[in-house]
Amino acid sequence: MPQELRINNNKFIDQTTRLSFKFNGEKLYGYKGDTLASALLANNIHLVGRSFKYHRPRGIMTCGSEEPNAIVQIGNDPSLTDPNVRATEIELYEGLEAFSQNCWPNVKFDIGGINNLLSPLLPAGFYYKTFMWPASFWEKYEFFIRHSAGLGKSPTKPDPDIYDHKYYHCDVLVVGGGISGIMAAKLSAENNNETLLLDDKNILGGATIYQNNDCFQIDGTHTNYWLEKEIKNIKNIKNLTIKTRTSLAAYHGYNYLLAKENLTDHLSPDERKGKIRQRLWKIRAKKVIIATGSIERPLIFNNNDRPGIMLSSAIKKFIDFYGVKAGKEITLFTNNDSAYETAISLKKSGVNIVSIIDIRDKSSSKIVKEVEKHNIKIYWKHTIVNTEGYRRISFIEIMQLSDDGSDVIGKKIKLKTDCLGISGGWTPMVHLFTQSGGKLKFRSDDNVFLPDKNKTPSDQISIGSCNGDFDIKDIILNSNKDVKTFLGIENSSFDNLKVESSKEEMKRNIWLLPSDKPIGKTKPFLDFQNDSTAKDVKLALREGFKSIEHVKRYTTTGMGTDQGKLSNMHALGIIAEITGTNMGELGTTTFRPPYTPLTFGAIVGRNVGEFFDHTRKTAMHNWHVQNKAKFENVGQWKRAWYYPKNGETMFEAVQRESKAARESVGILDASTLGKIDIQGTDASEFLNRVYTNAWSKLAIGKCRYGLMLNEDGMVYDDGVTTRLGENHYIMTTTTGGAANVLTKLEDYLQTEWPELDVYLTTVTDHFSTISICGPNSKKILSKVIPDLDLSDEKFPHMSFKNSIINGIKCRVMRISFTGEHSYEINIQSNYAKHVWELCMDAGKNYNITPYGTETMHLLRAEKGFIITGQDTDGTMTPSDLQMDWIIGKKKFDFIGKRSLYRSDTIRDDRKQLVGLLTDDPKEILEEGAQIVEKLNQKPVEMLGHVTSSYFSPNLNKSIALAVMKSGKKLKGKKFFVPMENKNINVTVTDTVFFDKENKRLNA
Amino acid sequence: MFIINCPYCGERDQTEFSSGGEAHIVRPKQPTELSDDEWAEFLFMRKNIKGIQFERWNHSHGCRKWFNVVRDTSNDKIHAVYKMGEKPPVNK
Ligand SMILES: [Zn+2]
Repeated sequence: MPQELRINNNKFIDQTTRLSFKFNGEKLYGYKGDTLASALLANNIHLVGRSFKYHRPRGIMTCGSEEPNAIVQIGNDPSLTDPNVRATEIELYEGLEAFSQNCWPNVKFDIGGINNLLSPLLPAGFYYKTFMWPASFWEKYEFFIRHSAGLGKSPTKPDPDIYDHKYYHCDVLVVGGGISGIMAAKLSAENNNETLLLDDKNILGGATIYQNNDCFQIDGTHTNYWLEKEIKNIKNIKNLTIKTRTSLAAYHGYNYLLAKENLTDHLSPDERKGKIRQRLWKIRAKKVIIATGSIERPLIFNNNDRPGIMLSSAIKKFIDFYGVKAGKEITLFTNNDSAYETAISLKKSGVNIVSIIDIRDKSSSKIVKEVEKHNIKIYWKHTIVNTEGYRRISFIEIMQLSDDGSDVIGKKIKLKTDCLGISGGWTPMVHLFTQSGGKLKFRSDDNVFLPDKNKTPSDQISIGSCNGDFDIKDIILNSNKDVKTFLGIENSSFDNLKVESSKEEMKRNIWLLPSDKPIGKTKPFLDFQNDSTAKDVKLALREGFKSIEHVKRYTTTGMGTDQGKLSNMHALGIIAEITGTNMGELGTTTFRPPYTPLTFGAIVGRNVGEFFDHTRKTAMHNWHVQNKAKFENVGQWKRAWYYPKNGETMFEAVQRESKAARESVGILDASTLGKIDIQGTDASEFLNRVYTNAWSKLAIGKCRYGLMLNEDGMVYDDGVTTRLGENHYIMTTTTGGAANVLTKLEDYLQTEWPELDVYLTTVTDHFSTISICGPNSKKILSKVIPDLDLSDEKFPHMSFKNSIINGIKCRVMRISFTGEHSYEINIQSNYAKHVWELCMDAGKNYNITPYGTETMHLLRAEKGFIITGQDTDGTMTPSDLQMDWIIGKKKFDFIGKRSLYRSDTIRDDRKQLVGLLTDDPKEILEEGAQIVEKLNQKPVEMLGHVTSSYFSPNLNKSIALAVMKSGKKLKGKKFFVPMENKNINVTVTDTVFFDKENKRLNA
Repeated sequence: MFIINCPYCGERDQTEFSSGGEAHIVRPKQPTELSDDEWAEFLFMRKNIKGIQFERWNHSHGCRKWFNVVRDTSNDKIHAVYKMGEKPPVNK
């Protein structure tokens, strides 16, 4: 029976283009223009999933983003499968494959359904109460809970799709393309505002575009025809941009909004190739007009969740827009007039209406009279007390309501039906307004929360039914008036429209409809996705939960992927009733972005893979690559780590490199060190204030090592600074600290010491640094720069010379981070690779050995030089590092000075830097390993930890640096480093392991 | 995500700026003369106001200038922006 419930309606559905799709493996057909939901209904399929907790069969309930039940998995490709897609939103395409979620082994027979039989045992908070104790069992519980829960499956392979981001600025953003949004967009754009109109559907016009009913007319034509003409006209307005299939996700402060545009999700897989899938719009609008409409409320009664029970407005859209009958024998159940619009639509299309059940005493509005003309049986003042049918509704039982609505009276009537439309009134979609920081007010006539105009945080208005206007007359009148005021418009083409509508006069609201059974024996569902019932809310209140936020979390009401779009109002209503609180005082739960779920792809856009972060490469990078270097990431930098030769392991390569650097000559790319050019008449004074040691007396042409503290006295950064001229220095910082140091120095300069004449410029990228170290370094340098006098008298350790290599200016510093006689050549980066190659050439006969960061770390550890960030962690003072010598005690002040003698920083049991030697010289400690004195103590006292550890090839033994409580006093003492399978014996030593007399600097 | 009117560049997105915490905390001119408590007051104690707060901001991805901002922390409304060294526009 192909599409047995389809009627002829070619307006929005292209019935000449048939599309095939699969649902749970079954091949079915629909038409272009269908959603998956409308195509399923055309095939008389309601049952699409199982509920979260009780695994009750659930069917399509709505026709939009508020859908709680019809949530499906699209496709089964491991990289493209898409979970938690609402069948009511996804447009049908050729070859679409969808699967029910949350049921096993299949939707028709579901093992988890046993929970439904156990439901008396699964009340609100069941999981909290049952799975709490003993704590050690949690892992086991979790396995079962996760297994039986599960909302779809994530893809297991990387997403091959392309996602995009777009920044957009406009005068006016209109959210929602229903009748009020269309009016607003037209008024705005026609009055010289750059306007953007967004709508999440593929066709503009909201619910009015299919409102073809004699009761609702504008200027003598049905509202749908009038709106159709308006939409055609606005498409020609120049400064109006219209984006359909674009849903607003978030409304942040200062009118910053995020919207997701779907570009290919409605296309067949073949048509998608090479196209961008989704685009995230980042919009800054001067003014925002929210016209997001409203959604219909369900009614809460016993067994109100069976497949075939739908919102009355959804039944209307399925018949009027998609040409699909939601059932063959439809019943409507309502507390307001809008179900009567559905009745007329159904009647027009020849669908049999069993009856209308209305909880009100009577209504004499135009539309009700219109329905009465069709001889449809209306049960006034009745309610449904029960429904039957497991996989599809089959019968309803109705009874008369008592006058106060708290009970049912009289005889039970049983009616046969295969589809039940429910209408509990309307809820304005105020989510975006509240996301932006707006506060709501409560209107008790029809129990709605509305935007409070006096508590609007940014330049925005809400119009149409999201602002509480439900009558088409009010919508047009107020939207026109409010937009004119908001945008300062004098006259509008909508000023004199003649609008006819049916005014609703009677209202009656009962949050929880009574049944002839006691509440304990009923299942009145509130949150269909999370399976919480009115009973659960009552239980939560009995157990003492008062705040709506607590009740929400305890019962999980409103915590599904639909964020309780359908359920929140009833939960609030029931709580208010039981606690005797006014709903306005109770308030709502917080609506948080996104309004509908966003894909991770849309969030990250193009910033994936190699574009996830910047990569910085030195000028010599390609040389390192060609010479088979392994790289390590240091911040964003790629640094040569070591250069393995002939299949060497990292350990072997580092041992070879370290030996070569001390025995002959090594060469290191040190370009990533931060370099800050400091100029100005107060440059020396500035350095005095930022470093711990004294700088005024440093002669031009000399270099000095400096330690920089935070104001709390803790070591922050270190490096060598060179005096290039009277008022000119170049400072080096650690690789990772470069940007932060510059920011910190600028901060002091601009805010604390604006009187200083100092200018800071980062030159890290402008100069590259080649470090040549080892006893033969002098020979290499004399070959590369023959003119330079390298004698100790003319060019001593810690000094600098301007020089020229092949006509290229460079700065040569004689400084050392390894303890060897060594030089650093600083040269404009675009020549650096050439000079590096010159050095390599010059070093051929001396086995010049390129070494990476690992060898650099090993060599400095042999000398006991610290690396800030490795041997320090933001809690080490210079004294803790045994570097008291670098404190300029006579200096009046420097950053952090006062903190060096706070009661806490002068404690002598602080962790202090020490050297560690293992009793077994072959044993290498693990960095981070803890150091203890007693092995059998419980809890064992941690005295410190290893910060740096290597096997020194030059000493032929393992060495380590560590921080230990009162470390300075522990020299010669023995401790343990307990590891998983052994305890390592260690002895505390001096921090300098190699060349304690510094003889090699001048070797 | 607010917009800050940098006194040197004009209106820019918040992502271009970084916050520097409470404003108008002057670094003591003679720290050595302060007691531990007085120094700690300068070093650690910061207000965390719900409402109007005076803050330092840096246009870190722009002109790199520091300046002051008067911001209502409850709704991110910025009441004033002024340069370093200038007097706060509202009575502080
Ligand atoms: Zn700026």
